[in-house]
Amino acid sequence: MKFFRSSSNQTAGPAVPQKLTRRSSGMGEISRLLNSQEALCVLDMGSTSANNIRFFTGKGHKNYSEDLLRSSLDPALRIQDSEGKSVLDSKKFLDENLVYANAQFDVVLCWNLPDYMEESLVKPTIDRLWSVMKPGGFLLAFFHTRDAGPDSTCYRYHVTGTDMLEMQEVKFAPPGRPASEKQSPRLQRVFNNRHIENLFRDFASIKFFLARDAIREVLVVR
Amino acid sequence: MDAPQTGEFAHIGKSVVIKGELSGSEDLYVDGNVEGNIELRNHSLTVGPNGNVKANVSAKAVVIQGKLDGTVIASDRVELRKSAVVTGDVTTQRIAIEEGAFLKGKVDIQKEAGKAAAPASS
Repeated sequence: MKFFRSSSNQTAGPAVPQKLTRRSSGMGEISRLLNSQEALCVLDMGSTSANNIRFFTGKGHKNYSEDLLRSSLDPALRIQDSEGKSVLDSKKFLDENLVYANAQFDVVLCWNLPDYMEESLVKPTIDRLWSVMKPGGFLLAFFHTRDAGPDSTCYRYHVTGTDMLEMQEVKFAPPGRPASEKQSPRLQRVFNNRHIENLFRDFASIKFFLARDAIREVLVVR
Repeated sequence: MDAPQTGEFAHIGKSVVIKGELSGSEDLYVDGNVEGNIELRNHSLTVGPNGNVKANVSAKAVVIQGKLDGTVIASDRVELRKSAVVTGDVTTQRIAIEEGAFLKGKVDIQKEAGKAAAPASS
């Protein structure tokens, strides 16, 4: 009689989503702000994370969640441009999303949203963020430094410490499709430094942190 | 928590449509459409996977598997299951969010008197 199964007899269980961690210099700077001030307004634009809600509200700050990447998949946003190409309607998108008072947020966490969002939405979204952020507010975004191909993993970021993030692969089912057809969003493009500077040209300052995992962290001050 | 199996609860099935104010002193399971306000005070509300609620909700505990548009105030806890789609502000002492749940709104964790931390879990 066997009381324990040997490894060779083990059957494959359900796939457990892999969680990786990374140290984030940008998050470290934001944590310093969060620790030095009270009742800040934080907008988290990644996939909803209870970890992040706990991290921010535990320090006495207000947490707003808005998963813009998932919202951008709404098929009702799709229109045809003058050349007959299918694009997302940025005006309609911003009528329905990021609807906040001007100068409301002290901190905005974009995570890797710009890398995965469709081109027509990126600049209008950043412009809207400029409006809803307070002067002096911080925005953190991550960008791939090189083209890792269409399979570049899109992550959900959980804040687990002052400068530590847990990364969990994000997968969505295409609109109208069953959950069994979930797939990771595709990397849309790779921004170089000049593109990033142009994207945030209306902001007061921009700081780059290059990490070992080919991700460029960008900390922008409104 | 899926559909309640035992105890006193009211069940609104998936073919039922209600418009107006809902209040009660027992747990409520909504798998249909409700538009208005829901007030359960010391009881729990569960929005089932087929549930579509457009209402401001006030209850002790709120568990969401379906769709909810409106403000949620739960004196104890809120649970967003993986299929939950919630648009509105949430005020509670504890919140649990499964991977895949969608939340668009402000989350306000209110600390219980006498307790130091407000737990939230994934």
